[in-house]
Amino acid sequence: MQAVLEHSPPAGATVQTAKRTGFLLLSPSVLILLVWSIVPLVMTLWYSLQNYNLVDPTLHGFAGIDNYWYLLTDPDFLHALLNTLVLVAGVLVISIGGGTLLAVLYDQEFFGRGIARIMVISPFFIMPTVSALLWKNLMLHPIYGVYSAMMRAVGLTPIDWLARFPLMTVMMIVAWEWLPFAVLILLTAVQSLDGEQREAARMDAAGPIARFRYIILPHLGRAISVVVMIETIYLLTIFAEISVTTAGGPGVASTNLAYLIYSRALLQFDVGGASAGGVVAIVIANIVAIFLVRAVARNLEA
Amino acid sequence: MALKTKTSTRIGVTILGWGIALWLFFPIFWMILTSFKSEVQAISTPPKLFFMPTLSSYAEVFERANYWHFALNTVIVSVGATAIAIALAVPAAYSMAFMPSKRTRGTLLWVLSTRMLPPVGVLVPIYILARNTHLLDTCTGLAIVDMLTNLPIIVWMLYTFFREVPAPILEAGRMDGATRWQEMTMVLLPLALPGIASTALLSLILCWNEAFWSLNLTSSHAAPLTAFIASFSSPEGLFFGKLSAASTLAVAPILVFGWISQKQLVRGLTFGAVK
Repeated sequence: MQAVLEHSPPAGATVQTAKRTGFLLLSPSVLILLVWSIVPLVMTLWYSLQNYNLVDPTLHGFAGIDNYWYLLTDPDFLHALLNTLVLVAGVLVISIGGGTLLAVLYDQEFFGRGIARIMVISPFFIMPTVSALLWKNLMLHPIYGVYSAMMRAVGLTPIDWLARFPLMTVMMIVAWEWLPFAVLILLTAVQSLDGEQREAARMDAAGPIARFRYIILPHLGRAISVVVMIETIYLLTIFAEISVTTAGGPGVASTNLAYLIYSRALLQFDVGGASAGGVVAIVIANIVAIFLVRAVARNLEA
Repeated sequence: MALKTKTSTRIGVTILGWGIALWLFFPIFWMILTSFKSEVQAISTPPKLFFMPTLSSYAEVFERANYWHFALNTVIVSVGATAIAIALAVPAAYSMAFMPSKRTRGTLLWVLSTRMLPPVGVLVPIYILARNTHLLDTCTGLAIVDMLTNLPIIVWMLYTFFREVPAPILEAGRMDGATRWQEMTMVLLPLALPGIASTALLSLILCWNEAFWSLNLTSSHAAPLTAFIASFSSPEGLFFGKLSAASTLAVAPILVFGWISQKQLVRGLTFGAVK
């Protein structure tokens, strides 16, 4: 934040006008975001306290905390909450860990590096519905999928991945989409590392592992926090991949919070219950956000 | 530095670099390949790598669904949402970067925190609001929601770009009698154009691929490509040829666009902070 303060406001009487102008320029975005974040929130809160089911109009009126009680004591809810956390943590670990290693790899010079890099980042441009369909059918289909054919070719029995390991498979598909994003960001950071700095470490006869540990890794702090922040925002609400591949099943094995609320609201028409779920999701997101925004803000402004 | 690297290491790096690249790119390659197969070839076991290409899958996709209708909706929504968001975010970012107050830091963090609002948490009220204002299943409605979900990130990115523009340059313009408006449009915007461009690129990609609101707020009239592709999933998922052709059609524009603009995009994605 130091940099902001360096731009000193114009002196004297213009300070007041500058303040007013600044406020005027800022207000459209702030107002619109204020409305966007408060109106739906208040409505969700209101619905969450009502008995409101679209297919059962006889059931209405004030519900108190019934919806919350029903939700929080529902084993499906705990399961979905756990799945959400597993998905976020798993994909973050894969994309940060893999992304760091790949960034170092694609920083090396080799034949056709430019093309190889473009191939690696390509999955980021694929829309979630398409990548889910692609993996479900063309890659992992137990009979016609390429991976199954490969397993048969080496004498193994193909596995119906989405039925046997639904959550892990969804995690892999999502990681395939977000790993390229991490590579993209981390590669830029590795490239910006001062050449002389690396050369000096080389002169000091630092091995490749020591070089990675003491020179490259500390340099990546900011880039990693950018990746963590943006990815977490999206990973908390993974939806299309689950909807297309497993529809949350079998049972609730691959249902995350986003999908649970969706199935309550749009498939079971339980507006009250879905809203209670929404409020819980918002609370969880805000807990994550508090930690995240603070950590990232510190890293970005340092 | 590469000059001194041992030959064996270089060969190893080349093999590893290409191996991983091919593996990660394989599903996309296979999708494009399968889109040129007939349905029988598409499900042959073992899978065929060499075959007589045919356009029959594409012909059937075009016959069954009006691709251009979906594509046009996607373009309208993505471009519209991005344009409005940039127009709103430029003055806000300008104000925070060049006229900071005590509350600037707090405002910034708050703006970013609104992006943490999980869409599914507000699905019900947004759906009801859209229905009551007749914005359900319209490009306008979807564009507004996409715009709002991206606005926080756009404000933040533009702010970091603007901060790189030295304040004295703007002040010099003011000394010459430029108004705030002239200062912003004639001095700042040209200087920050690369940053604005990469911000817009990222926003376009995110809007193009946005699935949650697209699937829940549209049905036929304003359905974008994400919905187009969802209609080719089960129970017809087994028609691999058609599925691949439809998928290729849905991602091709943004994939090519991404390849062309990747260098510019990186600048935006890194918030100008990790150059």
